[in-house]
Amino acid sequence: MSKSDRIPRFRRGTKLRFDKTRSTWVVLAPERLFMPDEIGTEILKLVDGQRSIRVISLELAGQFNAPLDVVEPDVIAVLEGLVMKGAMEL
Amino acid sequence: MTQLTPPMGLIAELTHRCPLQCAYCSNPLSLDPPPDELTTDEWRRVLDEAAEIGVLQLHLTGGEPMARRDLVELVSHATNIGLYTNLITSGVLLDDDAMERLLAAGIEHIQLSFQDAVPESADRFGGYRGGHAKKLEAARRIHDAGMPLTANFVIHRQNIERLEDMLTLGEQLRADRIEIAHTQYYGWALLNRTALLPTAEQLEFANQIVTDARDRLLGRITIDYVVPDYYAARPKACMGGWGNRFINISPSGKALPCHAAETIPDLTFPSVREHSLSSIWTGSPAFARFRGTDWMPDPCHSCERREIDWGGCRCQALALTGDATATDPACAKAPSHFVMAAAIRQTADAGLDFVPRRLKGA
Ligand code: SF4
Ligand code: SF4
Repeated sequence: MSKSDRIPRFRRGTKLRFDKTRSTWVVLAPERLFMPDEIGTEILKLVDGQRSIRVISLELAGQFNAPLDVVEPDVIAVLEGLVMKGAMEL
Repeated sequence: MTQLTPPMGLIAELTHRCPLQCAYCSNPLSLDPPPDELTTDEWRRVLDEAAEIGVLQLHLTGGEPMARRDLVELVSHATNIGLYTNLITSGVLLDDDAMERLLAAGIEHIQLSFQDAVPESADRFGGYRGGHAKKLEAARRIHDAGMPLTANFVIHRQNIERLEDMLTLGEQLRADRIEIAHTQYYGWALLNRTALLPTAEQLEFANQIVTDARDRLLGRITIDYVVPDYYAARPKACMGGWGNRFINISPSGKALPCHAAETIPDLTFPSVREHSLSSIWTGSPAFARFRGTDWMPDPCHSCERREIDWGGCRCQALALTGDATATDPACAKAPSHFVMAAAIRQTADAGLDFVPRRLKGA
């Protein structure tokens, strides 16, 4: 299976939440938290356990009017980073 | 001075009661007596205030937080107001009924502590016969409930040789995270230091095992490794900086920048019974005392790591040098760094006897 077909999901106990106090999205995970940047946030908002990396990338490419082959590597990098940190499964 | 940002986490020490008696416990030697504990209503108010000022994660700990009858109520209150709830428990009270109720209340993560990989030594060290077996049951319940599990092992001279088995146990229990924490020498652990500090060879052995396991389990199980200050060249960023990320509430309601802060004699810590969390965070002189970098002496003041480790731990500085404003002796640049090596030498021919942690004088 190519990376594009993989379906990312948050690991158990890991959630994306909007933080009203700081007006920003945060990833809350067991005994840690991450504050994704704007691009990261847009990616993570599309992670629902259904959409594949390709589908997420296509949506973002449309949203930001950018070519897929520029967007997709970013999406993969952000998600793989969170896999390494134990917050995500691919 | 940079602008004050809201706290990220609230560490709620619900009680100092605990069925176990770990000699490495970092609770203070003078434990809060049960009648002084905050009431359910008081905790609810504290949680509300925490969420209001921007706290995102709630860490329920103790002592044994499950010794509080209102634990489930508090979890449910916390999740209702949007706090991420993390329970730090020894697991010996986590039966089927408790698991079911915690789950219904919306608990998000459980950290389960083990004293060892094998029952005999675990139960001896925890001072609770049959405890290890109960923990294994608790781990199974957590897993069956579909909850993420962190298996925590505190290591020291008397169990470090079984580190490999601890990692295997964590894998068998299908933990999402395994935390291998060298004993942190506060409270009871400091009292028992000579019986607990590992040797240099033991430390090297442990480092290697953790490195290998991290490779092997990469992307599958996260391994958090807490290294021992006594062999370090640089200190830990204690609590991510004093009054910077966390508020710790003691069972009797003292608001502390770190759970050991009450050992510092010339600071007065505000009680949540008398002050709101917001006024404590922004106005308490005790929280401001070591916040940021202005308070720092040299070598910290001019050091490029001053906003990385914040000069280390104030309570450790006090405990080992008698001066809470000193650079943490864990730092090789600290004038007092030699005390670490001296402590290690002291343990060389010390016995393995320890004082079990007890609520009333042993
Ligand atoms: S370290 Fe042991 S004695 Fe201390 S609170 Fe935890 S389980 Fe209880
Ligand atoms: S001198 Fe101070 S700031 Fe620099 S590394 Fe040591 S403890 Fe940290």
